[in-house]
Amino acid sequence: MARVIVDVLPKAEILDPQGQAVARAMGRLGVDGVADVRQGKHFELEVDDTVDDAALERIAGSLLANPVIEEWVVRRVQ
Amino acid sequence: MSRIGVITFPGTLDDVDAARAVRYAGGEPVALWHDDADLKGVDAVVVPGGFSYGDYLRAGAIAARSPVMGPVVEAGRAGMPVLGICNGFQILCEAGLLPGALVRNHGLRFVCREVGLRVEADTAWTSSFAVGQDIRVPLKSGEGRYVADAATLDALEGEGRVVFRYTEPAPNGALRDIAGISSADGRVVGLMPHPEHAIDALTGPGTDGLGLFTSVLTRLTAAA
Repeated sequence: MARVIVDVLPKAEILDPQGQAVARAMGRLGVDGVADVRQGKHFELEVDDTVDDAALERIAGSLLANPVIEEWVVRRVQ
Repeated sequence: MSRIGVITFPGTLDDVDAARAVRYAGGEPVALWHDDADLKGVDAVVVPGGFSYGDYLRAGAIAARSPVMGPVVEAGRAGMPVLGICNGFQILCEAGLLPGALVRNHGLRFVCREVGLRVEADTAWTSSFAVGQDIRVPLKSGEGRYVADAATLDALEGEGRVVFRYTEPAPNGALRDIAGISSADGRVVGLMPHPEHAIDALTGPGTDGLGLFTSVLTRLTAAA
């Protein structure tokens, strides 16, 4: 078994109103210096040895992320 | 009588109203279930609104990969009329039948009110309207902001595939004020507002929405 992380974020050119709302709230905490926030999703998968990198890429690109609006990174951590 | 399938997913809300709209227009609604492997011989399909699978992952993402959507995508690509309303539009985009995506409203607020729409294209679902006609129907969605890259938007506009445009600045921030689009052959249409809620003056803002359903029945009768 292996643990795999898939991080999904809205593409840079896609408006992220949730991230913007979070960034504005940070200012109200009295923390300065946070220039931008993008909000995305973090997936942790437990996969067996039959799931190769191509299969992981297919899972990420055709289900976990929508390539029209999101980008993603797949990482094996164990 | 033409038979129009209306799909129910877990979390669908507007299947009853969609079936009622089909009946009002003179068609026979046929209930389809998300787990069905075939379309029961229907002549067209409505993918109604709601919150299929609780909007888990992304609105429409899980429904787009449910068993019934396989034959819907296949039939839609082969020319069967398919209408996606609200969550149904999100599902058709997630399934790849229509380009682009629907994302969170730019103001982060759920918008629930009547809107004006301009009918801009003659499709299987709009032939009862005149191109350029304005209609009023309810909009009720939190993730109704249509987005696509500039090349896709230009292609949609150039090919006459922007079917409905908000007559005011889009209340959800949709790019180019787009409320609904079609496939290249004009037989698959998706829109965020709800024509099925505007078919009876007693329960809606008017009867403008009925035109989508009479359009497809006219088209199907002409083809039979």
